[in-house]
Amino acid sequence: MKDASIGRKRKFREMPLHLMLLPGVIVTLIYAYGPMFGIVMAFQKFQPLQGFFKSKWAGMKNFDYIFHLPEFNQILWNTVIISVLKMAFGLIVPLVLALLLNELTRDWFKRFVQTSVFLPFFLSWTVLGGVMLDIFSLHGPVNAILHSFGISPIMFMGNGDWFRGIIVGSDVWKGMGYNMIVFLAAIAGINASLYEAAEVDGAGKWKQMLHITLPGMAPIIILLATLSLGNVLNAGFDQILILYNSIVYDKADVIDTYVYRLGLFSQQFSPAAAIGLFKSVISLGMVSVSYYMAYRFSRYRIF
Amino acid sequence: MVYKASWSRKVFIFFNVVLLSAILALGILPFIHMLAISLSSTTAAAAAEVGLWPVGFSLEAYRYLGQKAEFIHSLGVSVERVLLGTVVNMLFVVITAYPLSRSNGQFRYRTLYVWFFAVTMFFGGGLIPTYVIVKETHLLDSIWALVLPGALNVWNAVMLLNFFRGIPKELDEAATIDGAGHWTLLWKIYLPVSLPALATITLFTVVGHWNSWFDGILYMNSPANYPLQSYLSTLVTSINKQAISLDDLSRLENISEKTLRTAQIFLGALPIMLVYPFLQKFFIKGITVGSVKE
Repeated sequence: MKDASIGRKRKFREMPLHLMLLPGVIVTLIYAYGPMFGIVMAFQKFQPLQGFFKSKWAGMKNFDYIFHLPEFNQILWNTVIISVLKMAFGLIVPLVLALLLNELTRDWFKRFVQTSVFLPFFLSWTVLGGVMLDIFSLHGPVNAILHSFGISPIMFMGNGDWFRGIIVGSDVWKGMGYNMIVFLAAIAGINASLYEAAEVDGAGKWKQMLHITLPGMAPIIILLATLSLGNVLNAGFDQILILYNSIVYDKADVIDTYVYRLGLFSQQFSPAAAIGLFKSVISLGMVSVSYYMAYRFSRYRIF
Repeated sequence: MVYKASWSRKVFIFFNVVLLSAILALGILPFIHMLAISLSSTTAAAAAEVGLWPVGFSLEAYRYLGQKAEFIHSLGVSVERVLLGTVVNMLFVVITAYPLSRSNGQFRYRTLYVWFFAVTMFFGGGLIPTYVIVKETHLLDSIWALVLPGALNVWNAVMLLNFFRGIPKELDEAATIDGAGHWTLLWKIYLPVSLPALATITLFTVVGHWNSWFDGILYMNSPANYPLQSYLSTLVTSINKQAISLDDLSRLENISEKTLRTAQIFLGALPIMLVYPFLQKFFIKGITVGSVKE
């Protein structure tokens, strides 16, 4: 009898919590779970006018179709190569920057560098894309500088290999401030007495970095590297969409941009959704593995 | 700690300062270059004579923009989006984070809800099905298309709920004994204590809304409804496409509207460039709290 009344009381206490969650649940159901059910179109011959319910089923035909597209392998390869390069440089460059910045003794200069490195992170790819297209254009500043060294102008935006370099480089440029901050925080967390002890033992700055700073940062480096694995099929939709053009499609079209072109421009909704699903499933697998590993290595948990 | 700088150390410090100065320049010079172009005369800009200082100083581009309906209108849409979007996002984040921050003892269905939301962080329907849902719910061409689908940012909610969990239990218990319900607890205890976290999330939300451009392109049928960044993206990509399709890249330089385009891009970045140095410490705190979790 007493138990029942406590149960009712608890239920009463919990009501407001359910109420608070209600708006979030509704929005999530419609705009996050809704599209998940929309995935059925990957198995249909989807006609926009007939909707999900009246469109004819196509079984695995859409998948058969996309895997046999002549561009498919190239697009998958572009995606992986671009995102792997981004991951590698996106981790190494901020790490080196943080180590160098940590050696600065003048605080105002340190803050100044930090602020300017961090700036591009806060700007959109439209702005940065506009800047990039200007700077790397045929008569832009970069070619002007090359010209002063006697190098003939390079068509950066119209050459697939250069273009990939610019994609990776500008992504590192945009993102390096963020990871740099994370690394600097890790350095700040290292016990100062370790350095003093090393100093007494006669270790120079270089030795100290090698034997104290880097090992001290290892957990966060491993964590960031592991978590980035989950993004191996995200090569940067915004960025590539704004920067690329039809000349470099073969080297720069990634899964997301291809889905966009196929689905919304060519109106091939079902094949596009099929490619999207293919990507989501692999990504989910990668994310699960990376979070599992992050938990194993550094006890990282989201909640 | 007294440290005697050795010869090699001095060399290192010198090169370190030089290298970091170069990196500093890499961060700001591109924007100074854009500003210089936008302030130059049309002919100087078209002839690509402008480096880091305006050639043939002219405010013509900015004066023209002051009357250009498209630009002004998209700026208005952006401001509306930032205001509406931030209010909605913050409301959702707060009321979602609070219940999820309760212990399982206090809220029996917590785990269930956590899973419900967590799934969406890792798996989505993808571009095309999402577009179809937005279309089916009749949001196309309305400002709500830019606000509602992303009303609840689960990542931000997780950040806030972790912050809530760090708040001493005693505060909570004392208020509960005094008869406070959940709404009172949230409003009177949790929110006032969480101002640093709320400030960080608000800043990220504002920047996020100001910067998004792709959803504008996707969900707005008429370019008249584009927020500023979407409108800018059409400028940037059209220059790009035009140049390529004409197969004459040098034309890219001869478009007399170059100063105008540059001015618009620069203005699109300006609000953030102006406030960001002052808000930087909040962002840094947010990033550090969000990433290095013990």
